Amino acid sequence: MATTTTTAPGAGPFAGSRSFISKLRDGDEIARLITFLFAASVVLVTVLLVYELWVESALPRHKFGLHFLITKVWDPNLDQFGALPFIYGTLVTAAVSLLLAVPLGIGAAIFLAELAPAQISDILEFFIDLLAAVPSVIYGLLGVFIVIPLMREYIQPGLKNTLGFLPFFQGPTYGVGFLTAGIVLAIMVIPYIISVSREVLLSVPRDQREAALALGATRWESTWKVVVPFARTGIMGSIFLALARALGETMAVTMVIGNTPTISASLFSPGYSIAAVIANEFTEATGDVYLQSLIELGLVLFLLTFILNGLARLLIVATSQRGSGVGQA
Amino acid sequence: MNNRLRWRKFVSNFMLTMTGVCAVVAVSVLFFILGYLVYHGGTSINWNFFTKLPAPVGESGGGMANAIVGNAKLLLLAALIGVPIGFMGAIYLAEFSGSSVAFVVRYAADLLNGVPSIVIGIFAYSLAVLPFKHFSTLAGGLALGVMMVPITLRSTEEFLRAVPRALREGAMALGASKSKTIATVIVPAAYRGILTAILLAFARVAGETAPLLFTAFGSRFWSPGWNQPTASLPVMIFTYAIAPYEDWHRQAWAAGLVLLGLILVINILARAILARGIAVPRS
Amino acid sequence: MKQIAGLLVALLLLAGAGIVLADNPLTINGAGASFPYPIYSKWFDDYHKKNSNNQINYQSIGSGGGIKQVTEGTVDFGASDGPMNDDQLKAFRDKHGFDILHFPTVLGADVPAYNIPGVSAELTFTSDAIAGIFLGKITKWNDPAIAGANKGVNLPGNDIVVVHRSDGSGTSYIWTDYLSKVSDEWKNKVGKGTSVNWPVGLGGKGNEGVAGLVKQTPNSFGYVELIYAIQNNMPYGKVKNASGNVVKADLASVTAAAAGAAKDMPADFRVSITNAPGKNAYPISSFTWLLIPEKFSDAAKRDAIKGFINWMLVDGQNEVEALSYAKLPKEVVAKEKQALAKVQ
Repeated sequence: MATTTTTAPGAGPFAGSRSFISKLRDGDEIARLITFLFAASVVLVTVLLVYELWVESALPRHKFGLHFLITKVWDPNLDQFGALPFIYGTLVTAAVSLLLAVPLGIGAAIFLAELAPAQISDILEFFIDLLAAVPSVIYGLLGVFIVIPLMREYIQPGLKNTLGFLPFFQGPTYGVGFLTAGIVLAIMVIPYIISVSREVLLSVPRDQREAALALGATRWESTWKVVVPFARTGIMGSIFLALARALGETMAVTMVIGNTPTISASLFSPGYSIAAVIANEFTEATGDVYLQSLIELGLVLFLLTFILNGLARLLIVATSQRGSGVGQA
Repeated sequence: MNNRLRWRKFVSNFMLTMTGVCAVVAVSVLFFILGYLVYHGGTSINWNFFTKLPAPVGESGGGMANAIVGNAKLLLLAALIGVPIGFMGAIYLAEFSGSSVAFVVRYAADLLNGVPSIVIGIFAYSLAVLPFKHFSTLAGGLALGVMMVPITLRSTEEFLRAVPRALREGAMALGASKSKTIATVIVPAAYRGILTAILLAFARVAGETAPLLFTAFGSRFWSPGWNQPTASLPVMIFTYAIAPYEDWHRQAWAAGLVLLGLILVINILARAILARGIAVPRS
Repeated sequence: MKQIAGLLVALLLLAGAGIVLADNPLTINGAGASFPYPIYSKWFDDYHKKNSNNQINYQSIGSGGGIKQVTEGTVDFGASDGPMNDDQLKAFRDKHGFDILHFPTVLGADVPAYNIPGVSAELTFTSDAIAGIFLGKITKWNDPAIAGANKGVNLPGNDIVVVHRSDGSGTSYIWTDYLSKVSDEWKNKVGKGTSVNWPVGLGGKGNEGVAGLVKQTPNSFGYVELIYAIQNNMPYGKVKNASGNVVKADLASVTAAAAGAAKDMPADFRVSITNAPGKNAYPISSFTWLLIPEKFSDAAKRDAIKGFINWMLVDGQNEVEALSYAKLPKEVVAKEKQALAKVQ
């Protein structure tokens, strides 16, 4: 290394009193400045993004106000736009996906964290991580050619025959629809639930388990009644993360949901989600109100995922901080 | 008492078996996806797929050569945008910044990370398509690059922070300036992790479709330069999958296999690099 | 490390190859209707073979998209089977300061395609039946309104799955234009347009998406451009026209539908030929148009487009019948050649 007569990094007692030029000659300050600019650009991009979303949705915000969120009608011909069918579709598909993914995911995480020998657990986790890397258009591809026919031929009629008295399983069985989208989304978000829950479960201190076992609990009781509750907030965090992913998913949903803005109790009904309608209609939205209404939908989606991600992070952080604490009440 | 115990034991065994079933189901989905893609895609991959341009609608024999090259260009651009910003920004966070600035930057990065990809597409459209009045590879690369930034940033920062203090202090004790320390000691010590972070970010955006829909748009020809719309594998898969033509379906499977193969290879590579050991202290 | 370097080098080589191989031909970008996409993709492919320094990249995103993107200026030309209305023309003029022109390219037809398990016969649909199905009032295949026109065919009592377009579509425009003419209820309740508030049905993206959905969904009923039904071996029905005859969509019946309009073609070429009079006319036919701005700032692009249209009006027309589109009437071709002079 060339020897340089630089001052120690950070501050010496006279650091603040050096002139700007002499600071510039100092390699450290240049490095600091340059890397600062890059870091600042991240903030800049984020701010710009939120700004664009807000500004470019001004027309419908002024025209419809908060009514936008509760209006059912989406009629480009009459310039009437309401977000409700899309919000409904987004939430319903996410809810269905969680209903399926959470039990499966937590179950698998419990297996990987508590039961499986360490090597098997690591190998399986490796594969689960690979599942998380599969791009959504591939899920869409499989959705179109495998899930939809399966739904149409077997699952939907089957559900209709057995549980058809419930309003969820009534109506014609197209193959596409809320349930199909929910199932595809469930497959997509399971890896997130599994990997985060597994980590959180693994970090539960051994003495919790052992105390339960010492008191005579079976392995399941010790797991379910002591370990899992201990890891509860982290697991909740993983669910929120999965939810955020499910809400923002575009391609897989638009290929299987039926693309019809409908609000219906039946899960067999075709529907629409915010991300799907933006993907389908953005390039053809003639007229400013139409286009900006789509952007406003993007803003709504952004806010939804923003809030959820925030909650998720709070929860996961709360868990990691309490990891070494005494058992909870 | 005995019965009760037996019941509890039964429940315990049953539930634990069920968790095993859950794990098996979850993992088998991956193998199912892979298997299906290999079967359908493998039979459709032929020389035409890699070398020919798309044929007119309804005719067979076309390929996705332009989509493969287009994807490469898009990803190259994304990496050129995402990697420097993420890497340099991470250095700032790990080495230079105070805690309040760091909090703001990290928060912004996490926010950006959580933005749905379709919204990033809207952003790139208003920034890089409208002002220039055309769709372009540049706009698509920008969208993907923006998505790469937060992943690269946060992961790189983690790995930089993980470099032991002893290394830093040793370098400083020898009289190195901070920038020298970073360049010659810290970054090389963390290079495996950084590489992993870059690769994983790369794999993440390689499969993204939504942001490309209204930025790179699409093309049935070769796309010259950076200023014209370009085809890409994910968008082609989407277009072909929802169409009725059998030939297009076959091509969609082949493209899916190629895309997934690429992404999985990158992922496995990234993890293998990391597994070989994190910061190795140099003597 | 080596693997990464290798990957990056490979990427760079690929990208470089892409840039080099392209030898920078002039690229003209267009977008719009999926209705004529099969013939357009063939035309642009053939034209590129003849003029390898020009490539015309056309993306099928629906007529609504074509109108929007050409108005925004993000593509050089658009395409639509629903002519731009006065508001849209004005919007273009306000934005650019000059007009946009319509140039008809081919004649095509919307056909009612269906997928009924067990029924391979060619069905006949009256205008009332089609309107009723799309309004959601006729819900089963064996409804008298359908069965009445198809005596002798064993129609099941299954629910009809209606399929329409989810994107802004000229094909939809043609379909709803026809329905508005034959059904007052449709006209008042839904109206015509590239995007309407469909009372019932699933949405597919593009003609391709609708064809895909109909092909894969049993008991479905949707509308697609003729060639999509033919290329995919999908059964499609005959329709009863304004004169009371049952007509199947083909070259003759579509040409007959345009016969009247050909003589009275307005100067801006915007005309509707749905529900045309004439005993052999197919009632759901339409022209489809290229949307060309009046002025081009790039002379090379302008010349390329004009060159293409000239080629299209003569040589191109010889290719359309193979894909079941009908040729433009001679009078229209002559008028277009004159109108082309307006593009500067």
